[in-house]
Amino acid sequence: MNTLFGIISITLLYSAPLIFTALGGVISENGGVVNIGLEGMMALGAVVGATVGFYLGNPWLAFLCGGLAGMALSLLHAVATIHFHADHVVSGIAINLIGPGLALFLCRVFFDGAAMSKSIPFENKLPQLFRDVFTPELLEKMPFMRYVQIVFQQYIIVYLAFFLVLLMWYLLYRTKLGLRIRAVGEHPQAAETLGINAYKIKYICVLASGFLAGLGGASMSLAIVSNFRETLISGQGFIALAAVIFGNWTPQGAFIACLLFGASQGLSVILGTLGIQIDTNLLAMLPYIITLLALIFFVKSSKAPAADGVPYERSH
Amino acid sequence: MKKNRMVYTLISVLLGFLVGSVIFLINDINPLEAYKVIVLGAVSKPSYLSWVVVKAIPIILTGISVAFAFRTGLFNIGSEGQYIVGSIGAFVIGYLLHLPPVIHAVFALLVGGLFGGLWGGIVGLLKSRFGINEVISSIMFNWIAFYFSNYMLSFDLFRKPGTDTSFEIQNTANIQILGNWKQSDAGIAFMQDNPVIRQILRPPLNWGLVLAVVTAIVIYYLIKNTTLGYQLKAVGYNPLAAEYGGIDIRRNQVVSMGISGFISGLAGAVTVLGVSLNIGVMASQEGYGFNGMAVALIAGNNPLLCIPAGLLFAGLNYGGGKLNSALNTYSEVVNIVIGIIIFFIAMPKLLDIIGGFFTGAKMKKDKEATK
Repeated sequence: MNTLFGIISITLLYSAPLIFTALGGVISENGGVVNIGLEGMMALGAVVGATVGFYLGNPWLAFLCGGLAGMALSLLHAVATIHFHADHVVSGIAINLIGPGLALFLCRVFFDGAAMSKSIPFENKLPQLFRDVFTPELLEKMPFMRYVQIVFQQYIIVYLAFFLVLLMWYLLYRTKLGLRIRAVGEHPQAAETLGINAYKIKYICVLASGFLAGLGGASMSLAIVSNFRETLISGQGFIALAAVIFGNWTPQGAFIACLLFGASQGLSVILGTLGIQIDTNLLAMLPYIITLLALIFFVKSSKAPAADGVPYERSH
Repeated sequence: MKKNRMVYTLISVLLGFLVGSVIFLINDINPLEAYKVIVLGAVSKPSYLSWVVVKAIPIILTGISVAFAFRTGLFNIGSEGQYIVGSIGAFVIGYLLHLPPVIHAVFALLVGGLFGGLWGGIVGLLKSRFGINEVISSIMFNWIAFYFSNYMLSFDLFRKPGTDTSFEIQNTANIQILGNWKQSDAGIAFMQDNPVIRQILRPPLNWGLVLAVVTAIVIYYLIKNTTLGYQLKAVGYNPLAAEYGGIDIRRNQVVSMGISGFISGLAGAVTVLGVSLNIGVMASQEGYGFNGMAVALIAGNNPLLCIPAGLLFAGLNYGGGKLNSALNTYSEVVNIVIGIIIFFIAMPKLLDIIGGFFTGAKMKKDKEATK
């Protein structure tokens, strides 16, 4: 029983940074800009979050700064792809070279040349919700609350990520801005004919994606672990990108995909602690294999926004 | 048009260095001083030059691999994974089999290439058969290869006890230039008397250098002068027209990714057989694929130009590694500079505007001169 709830708990925790970042991917691609630079934006968000968190001791400010750092990097991507019609993938590659390079550079500058930032003390990390609810007295009175505690006493990033999924769904499918975003992603020419400023919408989408990816990175360094290191992000941005596609470019789909990835990570952690003889490397492969299989079997129903990745140039 | 692109690339490189200078200035370091350290750190000694070449070999190959796929309209972001399976293939053959020298090395190289080709070919197949975007499946395959490589090291058969690496390959599979001679008494004596040769040979200089040059020429020729190259290019330029012209697009996608993967696989094989001589547990992806992409982009997807681009890239990285001890700053600046270079290369329109500014000024001058 403990194991089962343990897996649920770790799944939720590990999927949270992916959810932030994947939602960034969702909004960017719905606006028609492919963003494979999520990885670089996450790395920068993680290092800035860890640095601000360590020196100022305010996790919320650090979290926000992480998001803003990702957003600053995404501005490069936005200018290149929107105004200068750069190939989205090439620009993303550049972002993925600049982001981690800059992240490690900043880490060395702020932490005396170390490739790892100093640890943030527990009380200065992002808070765990409901910590005070599960008192020893309560657990003694109602032993089954232990399981509830394992699942629900999470870092706040988990709840925040879940809330953002709802918010993103609402934004994209229930608001005027969302309608405009999708119109620009599907057919920017038509959207402009209707008086929508496609460039502006695209900027909003790309900057939002950078902000969310930055939050994803910062949630790694401010909650899941308590510092930044060179290998902290390695690949998470790409997993989030896979989740976007796996989830059919919708917030709810990406959310489910992130949970799946988180679960396989959770499974490998739990099996590791139980000493079960499945190599963790094989388990780590699972999400990628599952994604591939899902793409093979469901690709017909999966469809990117029509003008996703297509440079859009105003005709006048 | 061609000349234009070269000029754009050069402008991008200069802009990259300019941004690098700003970063140095912010850190209170004289940029000229810093670039002097990088350049001298890469070329001022025969052994430095030799190291640069050693480091350039695999990324020239991954660069050619990416450039080739690009030419055929495919984005091979999976070079990293193909590199990894290539190194696994070469290692397994190099370690487990006992064959005569040369034959052993050639066989190990071929198997490494084939592993990479298979890895790339599957991506091509998924694209042609199921329409799965190669960028996405490539990313998946990169990580599967990564974890598979680490999984290999969980077996006692491969892993050297008490270390994070595998056993070393057999001597017969070693492709270092004069590798065995270097260790022999005669070799040691000879090198004692010839310090320059000693310096050149001290780094693991290997036959991959010749392989990389030959590959560049072969791929250049394949694209330029063969029917297969013509078909692959046609699909890249305009798939609909190519299909109308009777070219089997699906087959071409598989072939193209297969060839591209083969070259990346060779890159991995060369590193195992000529430099590391083993495979190790990886903490994160080592970036050969991404660096190859950078090289291909700097080279404008021309296989021959991948050679100087790869040398530039390796030189920057190797020379940049000396920034730390010389100026007490950090070599990561080099990665940022390379990223900025790619970033500008991605924006030909911006460079058009900059170029237009200069040529406009020049035209004005010419006009005045003719008056």
